[in-house]
Amino acid sequence: MTPMTFDVQVEVQLRPGVADPQGSTIERAIPNLGFDGVSKVRVGKSIRFQVQADTEDAALNEVNQLCERFLTNPVIEDATISIQAA
Amino acid sequence: MTDALHRELGLTDDELARIIEILGREPNHVELAMYSVMWSEHCSYKSSRIHLKRLPTEADHVLVGPGENAGVIDAGDGIAVALRIESHNHPSYIEPYQGAATGVGGIIRDIFTMGARPIAIMDPLRFGPLDDPRSRWVAEGVVSGVSGYGNSVGVPNVGGETVFDETYKGNPLVNVFCLGVLPTERLVLGQASGTGNLAILLGSTTGRDGIGGVSVLASAGFSDDEADADKRPSVQVGDPFEEKRLIEACLQLLDEGLVVGIQDLGGAGLCCAASETASRGGVGMDFDVTAVPRREEGMEPYEVMTSESQERMLAIVEPGEADRVLEICEKWEVLATVVGKVTEGGSLRIVDGLDGPVVGEVPASSLHDDAPLYDRPRAEPADLSEARADLADDALEAPPDMAAALLSLVHDASWVYSQYDHQLFLNTVVGPGSDAAVLRLKHPTTGVDTGRGLALTTDGNHRWCAVDPYVGTVMTVAESVLNLACVGARPQALVNCLNFGNPEHPEVMWQLSQAVDGMTEACEAFDLPVVGGNVSLYNESGGSNIDPTPIVGVVGLVDDLSTVPPGMSWADGDRLVMLGPPSSWLSGSKWAFDSGHRRGSLRPVDLELHIRVTNLVRALVVSGGVSAVHDISTGGLGGALVEMAIASGVGCTVARVGGHGELFSEGPSRVVAAIRPDHLPAVEAAAGDLGVPLTRLGLAHGDAIAVKGLVDVPLAAARSAWERCLPDALGAGTTIG
Amino acid sequence: MPATVGVVVFPGSNCEHDVVESVEALGGQGRLLWHGDADVGDVDAVVIPGGFAHGDYLRPGAIARFSPMMSAVTDFAASGGPVVGICNGFQVLTEAGLLPGALQKNAGLKFLCQPATIEVLVTNTALTGNATRGQKLSIPINHFEGNYTCTPDTLAELRAEDRIVFTYSDNPNGSTANIAGICNARRNVVGLMPHPERASNQLLGSDDGNVLLGSLLDAASQ
Repeated sequence: MTPMTFDVQVEVQLRPGVADPQGSTIERAIPNLGFDGVSKVRVGKSIRFQVQADTEDAALNEVNQLCERFLTNPVIEDATISIQAA
Repeated sequence: MTDALHRELGLTDDELARIIEILGREPNHVELAMYSVMWSEHCSYKSSRIHLKRLPTEADHVLVGPGENAGVIDAGDGIAVALRIESHNHPSYIEPYQGAATGVGGIIRDIFTMGARPIAIMDPLRFGPLDDPRSRWVAEGVVSGVSGYGNSVGVPNVGGETVFDETYKGNPLVNVFCLGVLPTERLVLGQASGTGNLAILLGSTTGRDGIGGVSVLASAGFSDDEADADKRPSVQVGDPFEEKRLIEACLQLLDEGLVVGIQDLGGAGLCCAASETASRGGVGMDFDVTAVPRREEGMEPYEVMTSESQERMLAIVEPGEADRVLEICEKWEVLATVVGKVTEGGSLRIVDGLDGPVVGEVPASSLHDDAPLYDRPRAEPADLSEARADLADDALEAPPDMAAALLSLVHDASWVYSQYDHQLFLNTVVGPGSDAAVLRLKHPTTGVDTGRGLALTTDGNHRWCAVDPYVGTVMTVAESVLNLACVGARPQALVNCLNFGNPEHPEVMWQLSQAVDGMTEACEAFDLPVVGGNVSLYNESGGSNIDPTPIVGVVGLVDDLSTVPPGMSWADGDRLVMLGPPSSWLSGSKWAFDSGHRRGSLRPVDLELHIRVTNLVRALVVSGGVSAVHDISTGGLGGALVEMAIASGVGCTVARVGGHGELFSEGPSRVVAAIRPDHLPAVEAAAGDLGVPLTRLGLAHGDAIAVKGLVDVPLAAARSAWERCLPDALGAGTTIG
Repeated sequence: MPATVGVVVFPGSNCEHDVVESVEALGGQGRLLWHGDADVGDVDAVVIPGGFAHGDYLRPGAIARFSPMMSAVTDFAASGGPVVGICNGFQVLTEAGLLPGALQKNAGLKFLCQPATIEVLVTNTALTGNATRGQKLSIPINHFEGNYTCTPDTLAELRAEDRIVFTYSDNPNGSTANIAGICNARRNVVGLMPHPERASNQLLGSDDGNVLLGSLLDAASQ
């Protein structure tokens, strides 16, 4: 089987319940700009890369491990993974 | 084909004619691009050089004067000190965080280029008023950028100034001073020599970022918003981690004696570094433009040569040492690539592969030595005599609420400096928030503590210089020398950053010329050599120039640093005196400016008396004769008393201050000193011996700042106003205006 | 025979020489350990100093934990050797799992370099043997990410096992339970945000850090 290339986007967010001072600060500033009704602001980061694997499942499995070991700190962060063939 | 192109690149028709004369033919695109950046105002100082020549630059202890990457002085015990100051004003207005960050990065490279480990930064900052949203956004971004880059790269930021004024609303000033130490025998210069030696490019990859950046941004004013948007791609992004590795790698290369010369890549990028090293060494260079590692595809040779991508250095290395150089760079994860070869003759040849075709060829020295030199028209302002006759003393009434007026003149800068690591390297004996910073002087390689200290100060005052650029500059240099005396230091060398408006305006050139003359007079009087400088012109917005703002950085030596200098903090029961000539004139003071009166005239500085005052202050500080001392500058005598009372947590009761003139005047050559009662007779005798006027002011005591007949404010209220000023304006998440 | 303290150097570390200087001023011996090497050698204690190990990109300490030297430090700690992480070193120790919890951005979202007063809560650790319980120390902090965060379970465990070593008297960064430093269950691994080496000389404003560095040297000599 020839390996396929997948585009991956990992969105890293603070886990629910972990204080997010950046999110709170942005949320506090928003009403001052005249925007009402914005709530639940959370700040995270997005990491994009490509990975080669035989199948999408194999790719996902690898990205999952990468997230757990390196791209997130599981004590405070969660990851949401989006993956699709390039 | 160059007909339109040269103008697009900022060269005049005369300048093009000169290039054709040098080459004996029409330049091609890459050659024209190189001349355009190297002959830009920023790189060539073409409008200011003719004036800078008047500054005194020599002294026995000066090892390297102006013209190199940094000035270097001999500090004794085998230690040399490198210092430099630079501006990053224009980039910081467009993108405050990255503009300030890359300003820090650039000045640090200038210092380790000389073989010195950078050990201190100071940042004199000027922003528009705090009630202007965009100015707040700029201020917050700049401070974050200085913090983010400086802390991470690992150079402590030990002081500076933060000034807010209307004049900087459309054009902030971000000046950065850096100082480093090196073993005297390791001094290296940015020059190539030895035919066959290799030029190795160290550090970051080269991209299109910042093409014509520094030179374009700093060589023309901001005209309108659309033009600003076009310039945005010129702003570079700093990578302090790359720079940190670059510092360590370069210092190891220098420690092991592996480089013949080394040069940082700043404005005009590779073009400047290659031509400068070759021209200083009196040699030529074949520069392989295709070997340069790039971060973007399809870059043209002219783009590679003039890119201002950050965190890069060019090292000149003997071929036999190249392997070891690459090995050290690999250890520090620093990219290193051979990109050129030193040749005989004086030609800088841009080649496509070292044995490949030549894509451009110019005499290396012509990019520097043949740069145009302009004696631009100078003219004093048409209304000068009228403006000078309009004295603030006559024009302004005493404020109805004297205490509120006084407290509005001073603020706590710790909101700024608590964001900066100011303690790294365990040198900082006196840190930010003082008259001058004091660092332990340790040998850079052995770590041996000399028991002596380095004192550093940066000073600038646009108000004084707006009223009178000559006397204002004399007062600026005088203040810096007095600041050093307040920590017991003898001044050794000065660097300057001359921030002015558009040099095509004759009034601006008059201001610049006056400031240079004032600096010359003061430096000559104080035996203070000018070892380096930077000129930042085109500081204007909407057609209006900033107030002239020459900023100086002065380094001094403390002969015995076994105890901490007294500082501003007095003790209950201390007697308070003013040393120096009484003053009540108000033109150029912060109070006058804040009251809307921005002209008048300054009194000439009695430099001979100033020297006696500094000698007295230094002697008292060194001998322990004073328990606190603080120079009188922004905010006048009143401002000094407020700052000292807050620092001490003890109030004061002061009499004999005649009125708001004496309270707010910023007349030079004065300090407030706090003296133990039993020391007072000796201090009075010493002042008498030196012919320094001494005025008894009152007593340090109680929990209020009381100036008889003028001010009576609880210390707690004063502290609160002083502390809350910056956090209230800047602290709580400002938004872009 | 003076104790030898190994000080780990990542490419972006910057407090390594300061730690060596302050340890040597107390009669110890400092030795720099390169992050790419896989052996701590015959050192008696290890300090992971402050700085920005790999630029603090991704997260402080996230890349550093995978270096060969950190494997060696983990083995050294497992054998009972004293290991102290200061500031960025504390961040590395939490990322490496040698200490629980994580260090988040300061609540005020600003880098903070300022004096801090901390209280010593326990004295049976590698860094506090010579201190007294309840002792207040003036030691500077210098960080952007010093806001200690952990799960309620972890906090309960730290409390139950007396593993909160230092607390701030005036919490500067929003840390959970005012925590400035903690230790592992065996008490030989200690992490703290304040910089004891910066409080090692009266000329620098405080020498309160010497009681901690002296304790480390004593622990290293045992």
